Amino acid sequence: MCKGKQSDQLMEMAQALGAKTKVNSYTVDFEQCPHLLSVTGPVQQAGLEDPKCKLQKAKGTASLKDDEEFTDILEERRRTTDLSYALRTFNPQPYKGAPTLSTADLNKAVLESQYLCFIIKEIAMETGSSVEKVKEDASVILKEMSHNLQLGFIRLMGYTLNKVFKRLYRSIYVNMEGLNMLKQAIQESPVILIPNHRSYVDFLIISYILFTYDIPVPVIAAGIRLADVTIIGGILRRSGAFYIRRAIGSDKLYWAVLLEYVQTIVRTGYAPLEFYVEGFRSRTLKSLVPKLGMMDMVLEPYFKGEVFDITLVPISISYDRVLEESLLALELLGVPRPQESITGLFKASGVLQDDYGCMHVNFGRPLSARQLCEGKINWSEYNLIPRNLPQRPTAETQDCVNWLAHLIVRTQEEGSLISPWSLMACLLLQTPFTTLTEEGLQWHQLTEKTLWLRKLVLDFGARLNWPAHIPDSEVMSSTVALHHSIVHHKEDRIYLVQDEDPARQDPLSPEEGVMRMAVVVLMLVSYRNQALHVFVRPGILAIAIHITKSTRKDELFSFFCFLRDVFSDEFIFIPGRAAQDFEEACSLLQKCGAVHTSQQEVTVLETGLEVLSFLQKLLQPFLDSYQLMFRYLCEKEDHVFTEEQFLPDVRNLATKLILSGDLHTFEVLSSDMQKNVLSALRRLEAVTKLRASQQKEYKVNKAAVSRTGDILSGKVPLESLHTTPDARLQCQGFALMDVAGGRLALLSTVDPVIRTVSQVRGGSAQRERAQVQVTSGFGQSMEQLQLKHNVAWR
Amino acid sequence: MASNSSGSDSSDRQRIAQQRLSVIAGHLQRPVEGNSGILAAECKAQGDKLDVSSERRTVPRRRQEIMKWNGWGYSDSKFLYNKKGQAEFTGKRYRLSGMIIPGLREWMESTFGANLQHKTPAAPILNSSVVQPPTLNEAFLKELKSTGIPFSHDAEDRVFRSHGHCLHEIFALREGKIGRVPDLVVWPNCHNDVVKIVELACKHNVCLIPYGGGTSVSSALECPPEETRSIVSLDTSQMNRILWIDEKNLTAHVEAGIVGQDLERLLNESGYCTGHEPDSMEFSSLGGWVATRASGMKKNIYGNIEDLVVHIKMVTPRGVIEKSCQGPRMSTGPDVHHFIMGSEGTLGVVTEVTMKIRPMPEYQKYGSVVFPNFEMGVACLREVARQRCAPASIRLMDNEQFKFGHALKPQVSSIFTSFLDGLKKFYITKFKGFDPNRLCVATLLFEGDREKVLQHEKQVYDIAAKFGGLAAGEDNGQRGYMLTFVIAYLRDLGMDYYVIGESFETSVPWDRVLDICRNVKARIVRECKDKGVQFPPLSTCRVTQTYDAGACVYFYFAFNYRGLSDPVHVYEQVEHAAREEILANGGSLSHHHGVGKLRKEWMRETISSVGMGMLKSVKDYVDPNNIFGNRNLL
Repeated sequence: MCKGKQSDQLMEMAQALGAKTKVNSYTVDFEQCPHLLSVTGPVQQAGLEDPKCKLQKAKGTASLKDDEEFTDILEERRRTTDLSYALRTFNPQPYKGAPTLSTADLNKAVLESQYLCFIIKEIAMETGSSVEKVKEDASVILKEMSHNLQLGFIRLMGYTLNKVFKRLYRSIYVNMEGLNMLKQAIQESPVILIPNHRSYVDFLIISYILFTYDIPVPVIAAGIRLADVTIIGGILRRSGAFYIRRAIGSDKLYWAVLLEYVQTIVRTGYAPLEFYVEGFRSRTLKSLVPKLGMMDMVLEPYFKGEVFDITLVPISISYDRVLEESLLALELLGVPRPQESITGLFKASGVLQDDYGCMHVNFGRPLSARQLCEGKINWSEYNLIPRNLPQRPTAETQDCVNWLAHLIVRTQEEGSLISPWSLMACLLLQTPFTTLTEEGLQWHQLTEKTLWLRKLVLDFGARLNWPAHIPDSEVMSSTVALHHSIVHHKEDRIYLVQDEDPARQDPLSPEEGVMRMAVVVLMLVSYRNQALHVFVRPGILAIAIHITKSTRKDELFSFFCFLRDVFSDEFIFIPGRAAQDFEEACSLLQKCGAVHTSQQEVTVLETGLEVLSFLQKLLQPFLDSYQLMFRYLCEKEDHVFTEEQFLPDVRNLATKLILSGDLHTFEVLSSDMQKNVLSALRRLEAVTKLRASQQKEYKVNKAAVSRTGDILSGKVPLESLHTTPDARLQCQGFALMDVAGGRLALLSTVDPVIRTVSQVRGGSAQRERAQVQVTSGFGQSMEQLQLKHNVAWR
Repeated sequence: MASNSSGSDSSDRQRIAQQRLSVIAGHLQRPVEGNSGILAAECKAQGDKLDVSSERRTVPRRRQEIMKWNGWGYSDSKFLYNKKGQAEFTGKRYRLSGMIIPGLREWMESTFGANLQHKTPAAPILNSSVVQPPTLNEAFLKELKSTGIPFSHDAEDRVFRSHGHCLHEIFALREGKIGRVPDLVVWPNCHNDVVKIVELACKHNVCLIPYGGGTSVSSALECPPEETRSIVSLDTSQMNRILWIDEKNLTAHVEAGIVGQDLERLLNESGYCTGHEPDSMEFSSLGGWVATRASGMKKNIYGNIEDLVVHIKMVTPRGVIEKSCQGPRMSTGPDVHHFIMGSEGTLGVVTEVTMKIRPMPEYQKYGSVVFPNFEMGVACLREVARQRCAPASIRLMDNEQFKFGHALKPQVSSIFTSFLDGLKKFYITKFKGFDPNRLCVATLLFEGDREKVLQHEKQVYDIAAKFGGLAAGEDNGQRGYMLTFVIAYLRDLGMDYYVIGESFETSVPWDRVLDICRNVKARIVRECKDKGVQFPPLSTCRVTQTYDAGACVYFYFAFNYRGLSDPVHVYEQVEHAAREEILANGGSLSHHHGVGKLRKEWMRETISSVGMGMLKSVKDYVDPNNIFGNRNLL
């Protein structure tokens, strides 16, 4: 076993990290926040020197809202040595039917599988090369891909992470109940762990926790770029990572190897499988629309009946403060991401000296794929073809997987904890930027509003991470202190941090100034985004109320659906659940006293204006940004554009408008938002991708874009009466339409032709099941154009 | 008895037939003075003349004389716990009869959480007053009387023919609950009687339900509650003669009411057998086999019913259907036999069948193989099927069923035997390292001439060895087969102690065998949990037949229903879910039990709408007035 040698190496590495001099620009200044020290008083007397340790103690005594739920796993780690932790007896209870496969056995099983052999033969026939040659290629691919999980390296990983986590975080809170359920579930069926991905730090956190609690450690799907990082790539591979290429395209052999590899792991219950359903690390800290490829692969063994059930465990990881916060903002602004490398890691190690508050890992309730898919899958399609032959999933199955993936992401959202800082970020972003940069926001004002918002999120049923036994003012100021990279607190006022570069001689150009500002604002935005999912549904309703000025429930629902459709790349909406989302929005707004709802009406209450205006302002940056990009596309001379051209053009236009004071949001500068607009327009068929071109070339239908913009701004009313049998069932009495209705209305203004909504993103996100009969009339001018559509939505 | 139809050639045929019959008579070694009369005389007269052989009939007209009214099999044979609390099997009919089964109690207690203190005794006698008075069609009855065909509207007779052996049917009887029963029972004696009955039924619009052995497990015998006409149960049990044996062609022409054990016994007396041995063969009838597409244990040598049948005669409302010759195979359009086989009494009554017969096997040998786990066992069976060297029977029991079989071991008299048992167990679990909670057993039955059997045996054991199998002796094998004959008696014992259960089957391609076994068993366990069953259920399976392209899988499912208010409903929900799971996993709706009314909701998805239409149009042509109105299948 090479464990000993490797562990020495690692130990040296960790020591090197610890001894590294402070190159970081961010250090917690404890002098500045005396309140923190006052809380830690008794601990100080105990003679502990590490300030983080004190904080952790302070947090330990001050109970969280769901204190009984969460346990700080670092607390025990601080009491024992890292070595004894790493060498603890690890005795997990695996999936009961699982044979004990070695990694070599696993790879052999994959290479010898009937499916892979079939594909290999097929490829050999197609390409004219020999079967042996293709088989050789396959084993090369497998070698590149496969993990090499070894207990020794798990121990090493435990040892290292112990060091790192203790340094970075005050506490890592884990819900023991979820962990216990997971422990149980792992013994019953193959388990898929699906965490969200917000930071590189969370790559091994699940393995670390499972190792600590005697649960089989997972194998983890990772991007191939990580494999190329010297040493780290290998260590991660031995800690259970397997690597997947990013752009697989039409490489049939690669797909086949990947499919068989993943499915063999699932089928045999070899180990829990961990992957990120969002596909990437979210740069905006907002949930991403799920990718379906991996989800498809892991669920197929269940669809084919090769396993009785598959357990899906959504995991929500929430950070008080994200390690890469400024890097993420820079990336969003188009500054290229540094290549992952070991030197990069060492450079980043300065970051390790800083305080990042707490991390919460919330293991969701294990979900049974069998229960979730009940009635959604037609099994017989799998019964007439030998199971080792490749089979395209039917539209029905794809829809089910898409729905399930969205559900998982929504569950992750609901399981995440919202920090006080997220609330403050929501409020700070609604303050004029000049106030924040020049005169500063009054502390008591912020406090007051934050406490008001705290009540609102609790009303909305969010999980809030707000220490209960510490005075609110102290929670607030310690939070601000933690985020010294974004704001600073001076003389009872809050200012946005403006990075003064003393080395710089010549003054910044105005454009550069905007970019500098944008970095900080986008950091703030990302923390706001952590809380956004709580407000999205009522927020969209608030905007619908604001724009339509209507009180009629059916009209509001139509507009709600329209917004939901336009922004479905931006926020996570579970397909086919428009009516439920609407009902949820209504009931939340009613609960907090903002509106009164009846069978037919939603009326705004006097007392609710504050809530409604908060929600509307919260989402206004999205509306503004979308409108700006719509405007850009409409005013462009050309009908054809490329993505490479679109992004900088929009950025330049936005910068100009920000400087002229016509635009009040920096979010439009974010490449994430820009890409979302493109995919939204493609989904709405206002922009089409040109097939022929190698580059990402798009053709824009200006009329359609401008119509969308007009409806969004309320210039053109969205008037329609739609009924879907589905929606009617869900909302008694009045006619409702689901998402598709909104889009259909939109389409029909553009091109009054019956059309079927094409599939977008591997199975249309919002395809309706029933026949939708639509009558639409748009404004006065459109009255003569009473269309009767009979559209079969597959 | 085709000879009944008058024709110019009939005398010739009669002569040949008489010759054959005398051969049979010789085998029977009984005075056969009446044998020529069998052919010449009117059917109804035969009853008296054949008194001699009627003694030998297993099934009397009044079934209640020897059989239970609310349980399986003979009244004198049942499991019970004696005063010492030991399980015992009463009667003298079976190998197990009169023996103490020491392991059964513990098995029942540990498997089901059953307890001897918690009894659920059945209603002891049939209370005739709860049986609805018959709705008689007087005109039909009057004309029936004039034919002289025996009939009865006695309550007991009617109740006996109102059910098969589904759990819900037996459970209701045990509680003394009786639903719609036939209004009349008739006992035709021969084909011509049946023709008369069917004619009268058509004339007077009476609903006919054919009844053979009453062993249906598909609700096929239940009277449709929506049926308003008078329902007549047509009991074929008295049509139980072997009409001739053709030694040149190795066929026998038999009346369809004969039950399996009589058919085999009578043929054995002449040195022949059909080799068709379904688990229910003691009571099920030839006509029933044809009507449900039955399968026998030894089908690997003899074939299933569709392979055994050469000629069928069936009486339908349109008239009699039969082929004109006994050619072994024909290319004359779709085989009309296949409309009859599996028609489940919806088209008419099968009255006579010509079946293939074989000389009795010279040598029979049981055997068994222990495998370390079920996966290895299935792989071995697959290999045996691939090499087409399956013995007469090969069955693979899973671990639970192996334990079940073990619990049925009768008390051993000698210390030496028990010492040997202990040694075997030690060898397998300790020395060979088999996990007692994972190992499984294949039971084997070889038949043929001695030399070939031994050779065959070696071949099979050699294959088994490749899959980690160890030969485990004849005894284990034989006990495995015994289990299938006594399982229905055991269910009655379970029902005395809050345990209800049932078996069901499917056929499935080889590559799905393991998955279907695992998934269906797991589904049963999960559904029981969800439906509030308080104790873990017994959920076990065996691969019971092998084919070139797949296998037949048989499931046993039982649970302790203490604490449930409506156990039968829970049972039905779980069974329904299990069937859904079977279909989802690529299994068939049924391998040999049939569809009946229990499974007909899945027929359309099973055979497609067009397929349903084809069957429907046959039914509409053959029986436009739905005289055969048991409403099975469609």
